[in-house]
Amino acid sequence: MSDETLLLSIRNLNTDFKINNNFYPAIKDINLDVYRDETLAIVGESGCGKSTLAQTVMGLLNPGDSKSYGHADFLGTNLIGLNESDINEIRGVKIGMIFQDPLSALDPLKRIGDQVVESLVYHTKDNSEKRAKRALSLLNQVGIRNPERIINEFPHQLSGGMRQRVVIAMAIACKPDLIIADEPTTALDVTIQAQILDLLKEIQKENHCGIIIITHDLGVVAETADRVAVMYAGQIVELGTAIQIFNDPTHPYTRSLFRAIPQDDSDSDELYVIQGSVPSLVKMPSHGDLFAPRIPWVKAEEHEDNPKMHNLGDGHFVRCKCYKYFKFLDGWGE
Amino acid sequence: MILEKQKSIILEVKNLKVHFPIRGGFFNRVVDNAKAVDGVSLQIQRGDTYGLIGESGSGKSTTAKVMVGLQEATSGHLYYQYTDVTKRKDRKKINYNREIQMIFQDPELSLNPEKRIYDIIAEPLKNFESLSKKDEKLKIIKLLDIVGLDAEAMYKYPHQFSGGQRQRIGVARAVSTNPKLIIADEPVSALDLSVQAQVLNFMKKIQKEFNISYLFISHDLGVVRHMCNKIAIMNRGQIVEVGTKDDIYNHPLHIYTKRLLASIPKADVNNREKNRNHRLAVEKYYLENQKEFYDKDGKPLPLIQISDTHFAAVPENIAKGGQ
Repeated sequence: MSDETLLLSIRNLNTDFKINNNFYPAIKDINLDVYRDETLAIVGESGCGKSTLAQTVMGLLNPGDSKSYGHADFLGTNLIGLNESDINEIRGVKIGMIFQDPLSALDPLKRIGDQVVESLVYHTKDNSEKRAKRALSLLNQVGIRNPERIINEFPHQLSGGMRQRVVIAMAIACKPDLIIADEPTTALDVTIQAQILDLLKEIQKENHCGIIIITHDLGVVAETADRVAVMYAGQIVELGTAIQIFNDPTHPYTRSLFRAIPQDDSDSDELYVIQGSVPSLVKMPSHGDLFAPRIPWVKAEEHEDNPKMHNLGDGHFVRCKCYKYFKFLDGWGE
Repeated sequence: MILEKQKSIILEVKNLKVHFPIRGGFFNRVVDNAKAVDGVSLQIQRGDTYGLIGESGSGKSTTAKVMVGLQEATSGHLYYQYTDVTKRKDRKKINYNREIQMIFQDPELSLNPEKRIYDIIAEPLKNFESLSKKDEKLKIIKLLDIVGLDAEAMYKYPHQFSGGQRQRIGVARAVSTNPKLIIADEPVSALDLSVQAQVLNFMKKIQKEFNISYLFISHDLGVVRHMCNKIAIMNRGQIVEVGTKDDIYNHPLHIYTKRLLASIPKADVNNREKNRNHRLAVEKYYLENQKEFYDKDGKPLPLIQISDTHFAAVPENIAKGGQ
């Protein structure tokens, strides 16, 4: 991929959270690129920092209890440390955002029509009549069949799927170059989920935007992502194309995660469980392989002290050398 | 097959209807009914894990609520071990509320944050069993052990646990009264993959140990496939297809079942296009032919028997093809 289509380039990005007057790293040394027409999935379990990453990039974290440093260059502008008025020029205009819970992304006291129009007010110069028309066509575009009725309703009157469509309509109102979707379908039914994911793909085809989709659902990743970043404990532990990640998962965490999916045709009663749990922010060790405590049978010398990303070629990266030695205790997948 | 027939039915729902009145107009009269559940019949056999699948608004949770007594039925009957327990007073007589327990979706909301784990698990015990302080404590230690938590966990508060641990506490509370049937309403949908595996493993383990039956409500068809041996698909307040795992996943007949199955995202990158095209084809078929599967009021057709285990609410010609 060429530099011309590069939208967002994240380099050495860190965010620390303030807890009891101490700062603890929530995301560490993130390096990622996002290109036009590309869907990048960020996968990981709750607490791995995937939402923090999105919020850092969008400047949505409260500067009072967090600090971010590093680079997130969006079309040449570093988003980190940008002042409020400058980031407002980008947020909602060039970067659209879709959140998990559409109910909290919508104002409960405002009619749908007014909310969609509002997303246009700040960012376009159209008159109110044109804006109203555009709002209707946006709602139409996201597959709402009777937008004339919907614009007069309040968020609580709509179903979850409809609400998420409204949120997407607002996110794409200004034809953003980049859409960040944080668990966009987690709260939705599967048939609706499929429609919403299709919708995002359609929008991408039309607007040639890049999409960052943050999810914990590997099925969603497999169906939408071109590239995948797997996060664990605030770090990216594996990065590659969807094909590489799914066909050749390399980091022990990625491999464990795939093994925990209930399989279609296996009759085995027991699902694979990853030992232990993700350490809390406060208890996170400052060095060493953070996944090591969850695979205690791997010897200490088979981990790195300060795990680096290893290049496996063709854009496939994995953190820590332990992938070379890792085997499941029961020899699964040999 | 003989074994199958010998199994006794633990809970049966017959023609259950739950209608919510919609009020409006002059004097706030009832102008219409929202038919949340509209004629559901199902039988859960002892030791079974009965999966109830449906999308939001299909009536699956309302059906579950009637079973645990959180919702009055508009009409229809509920039988527990062949005894009619539709009325609240009938339930008291036979310890129904003790033998049927529930696991909720979100352990964050279903565990009282101000209570210690001890008190949370002790609550059903205090309601239904009169144990001495010492026995109560021993029982709680044993329950925590079953779900893989240390005894000292009982002095902690819910927020001190991770999501998976909290859900396991929910499981411990549900099994504390030695229930015969546990209704699990989306028990793992708030959990991460690796934690989900833990909870599902525990649910299977205690099922074997205590011979518990489950009604497993979920929208995650992968999880249902792993857990359940009998599956019912709910749509528009009715069951549109019911059968074994094989019937539902490999020989679905109802258009809605097919659509649901096609919509599950598959962790299978190599066949992404194929899966997508299949889904779109099913969706097209659904849009064009769904009318045939519902009557003129939009209600699903009555269930037709396809095989010993398989029933589907389909038009006759399709039923014949499937038989």
